[in-house]
Amino acid sequence: MFLRSMRTAVGTTLVVVLAAGCGGVGSSGSKSGGTGQATLTMMGFGTGDEIAKTRFDAANAAITPNRAQASEGSFNAQQFLSAVASNTPPDLVYMERRLLGTYAAKNAIRPLADCVGREKIDMGQFRPAAVAEATLNGKLYGLPEFYNNRVLMINDAAFADTGLDPATFTTSDWGRLSAAATRLTSISDGKLRRIGFDPKLPEFLPLWARANGAALVSDDGRTARLNDPRVVRALEFTVGLIKAQGGWASFKSFRDSFDFFGAKNQFASNQLGAFPMEDFYLNVLAENSPKVKLTVAPFRGVDGRPVDWITGNAWAIPAKSPHPDLACKWIKTMTDSGTWVAAAKARAAARKSEGKPFAGVFTGNSRADEVIFKDVVRAGGNPAFDAAVRTVLQTQEAGVAEPLTAAGEEFKAAWQDAVNRVLDGKQQPAQALAQAQQQAQKALDEANRGS
Amino acid sequence: MRRREALAAYGFLSPWIIGFLVFMAGPMVASLVLSLTDYDVLTSTEFVGADNYRELFADDRVRRSLANTLIYTVLHVPLTMAVALGLAMLLARAGRRSAGFFRTIFYLPTVTPKVAVGVLFLLLFNGQVGLTNETLARVGIDGPDWTVDGPWIKPGLVLMSAWSLGSTVIIYLAALQNVPRDLHEAAEMDGASPWARFRAVTVPMISGALFFTLIINTISSLQTFDEVYTAFYGSANQQTYGNDAALFYVVYLFQQAFQFLHMGYASALAWLLFLIIVAITLVQVRLSRRFVYYESE
Repeated sequence: MFLRSMRTAVGTTLVVVLAAGCGGVGSSGSKSGGTGQATLTMMGFGTGDEIAKTRFDAANAAITPNRAQASEGSFNAQQFLSAVASNTPPDLVYMERRLLGTYAAKNAIRPLADCVGREKIDMGQFRPAAVAEATLNGKLYGLPEFYNNRVLMINDAAFADTGLDPATFTTSDWGRLSAAATRLTSISDGKLRRIGFDPKLPEFLPLWARANGAALVSDDGRTARLNDPRVVRALEFTVGLIKAQGGWASFKSFRDSFDFFGAKNQFASNQLGAFPMEDFYLNVLAENSPKVKLTVAPFRGVDGRPVDWITGNAWAIPAKSPHPDLACKWIKTMTDSGTWVAAAKARAAARKSEGKPFAGVFTGNSRADEVIFKDVVRAGGNPAFDAAVRTVLQTQEAGVAEPLTAAGEEFKAAWQDAVNRVLDGKQQPAQALAQAQQQAQKALDEANRGS
Repeated sequence: MRRREALAAYGFLSPWIIGFLVFMAGPMVASLVLSLTDYDVLTSTEFVGADNYRELFADDRVRRSLANTLIYTVLHVPLTMAVALGLAMLLARAGRRSAGFFRTIFYLPTVTPKVAVGVLFLLLFNGQVGLTNETLARVGIDGPDWTVDGPWIKPGLVLMSAWSLGSTVIIYLAALQNVPRDLHEAAEMDGASPWARFRAVTVPMISGALFFTLIINTISSLQTFDEVYTAFYGSANQQTYGNDAALFYVVYLFQQAFQFLHMGYASALAWLLFLIIVAITLVQVRLSRRFVYYESE
């Protein structure tokens, strides 16, 4: 009893004061303004581009005369906790799907079964991997948005320099991959001038583990498998690639110097041979260096089959959302195939007016993708981008998500820290992953306690 | 009459008293209570006694983050004080107009947001294309990878911290200007060298200011957060590459509270830091009795 009262009175003060000291509390709490019309509040979503703005307007039209008010910036746990602690939760939250499990396990967000049933949301339109990534213990907690595919992006100029053929380059033969990476790497005057192959560590360890036939966590999201010998082997191999290219310190420093989102990006400047990357980067290249020569291929596992580790964001409704029914109606429209198509048309028109190609938008909604890539995305301009889009479309059929866990952040931190310790030379892969396994399992056990 | 005066005094003091109780004492007491609980804001609170403190002493990352913070403090505080004193002495010798100009120049970086300083650190100290290594290369030195190579991260941050020593310079300048000229003249007439005058006259006379900045800089170093968090943990991308060498104590505290939702454990971490700061400050105050000169003594 004592602790319960402490939670509401003192705890609220503490969290709000802590949060205020650490940067302030954003918009939260619904307003009705005395007119009987509600204004839905949200966290984690801004209307910064055509894709967001068009869908936002459509979702608002669906709840007229009520409306939703966009926030700014990505989801911030500190902001959300402050709002919950002060009893002013937002109506909606937009966050990475992998984070949903943490809040679902603590009953901070609602299961969406009622919402789906009441609004007759057609779950068949969503890609199964995206839905799986928003599902914990058999319950759906978020409606999926984007579908970030990982594919292999190859810089044709670097391959031409070294006499390698982009068409035969593959990640399925690790021996050949290692040799190609060394050949593509350029070092002069003791300085790295071109990274041959960037395995994208630590963030892409799940992809490499999948490529080697393993997963970081069991399908039910309850058992960590970080010390699986196949995961250890994947880490050994990828860290070996970096060591062969001059070691982590110079590798990372050089990579940090890339103009990643600019016209002098690593493809345009011939600073990178190849890397696995999310599909959104095609649009970055199309916009900033539309004449760049690149080849996009599926990322393949050691068995030769395509591996596409997918991620994305989702809309969820906080447990104490003041207007859960309206929020449900709003996210239904936001993620609906028709809304996505309208947004893609807006983006295509904007790109056309700028004289730039549109490489499409890959969504968690397969019906939307079908229409977007059949009717909205037009081939032309750079054939390399047209081929790239076709490759991503084929690859995404092999999309697989990491199972949702109840300890999303801690689980991720455990394996990422392990990879960083190896990259920094402090531990060997087996030792680092054994330590991470213990930390991750402890976090999972604590988060799943009572469920 | 005396009672009315007392009431009036309390009336004038009340804004501060209320502010202190609500924004300082209240949260401190709350965090002390929460440090004895398993609390995540979202679910029911569970009393766990001293478990958080026991876990804290067994946590490798607490030791690592504490060591990082202490090493940074040991490097940062003396360097800041020495460089600031040097600059202040140069300013004290400069003419009135140029002193005003340089005072402004030295102080300007202090008003730069620490978040910007964190970003600036990554740009200036990039091992491949950073200005620092390009400058070193001009004199034949192959600079390290300051932002990635573990052993070089803290020295890099210490060098970067010199960016914002303007406040300390201003304090020293004020203290130097208060050193009576006749003491220097008397020493000079007695044949004291410049170094002897600095050691026997200047330092004792500004020892109060030196002690004040020692305390303030030590406490702020132990609480270092903004620039390190911005540089190494501020975005999801940066968190991905989080380097243990940049894991400072308050960064770890923040991670536990707002990333992993371990508010109880984070509160215990906050109290440990509070006790460490109190202990170090007490030692400094104790030592100050031997080294600090006050004119009233």
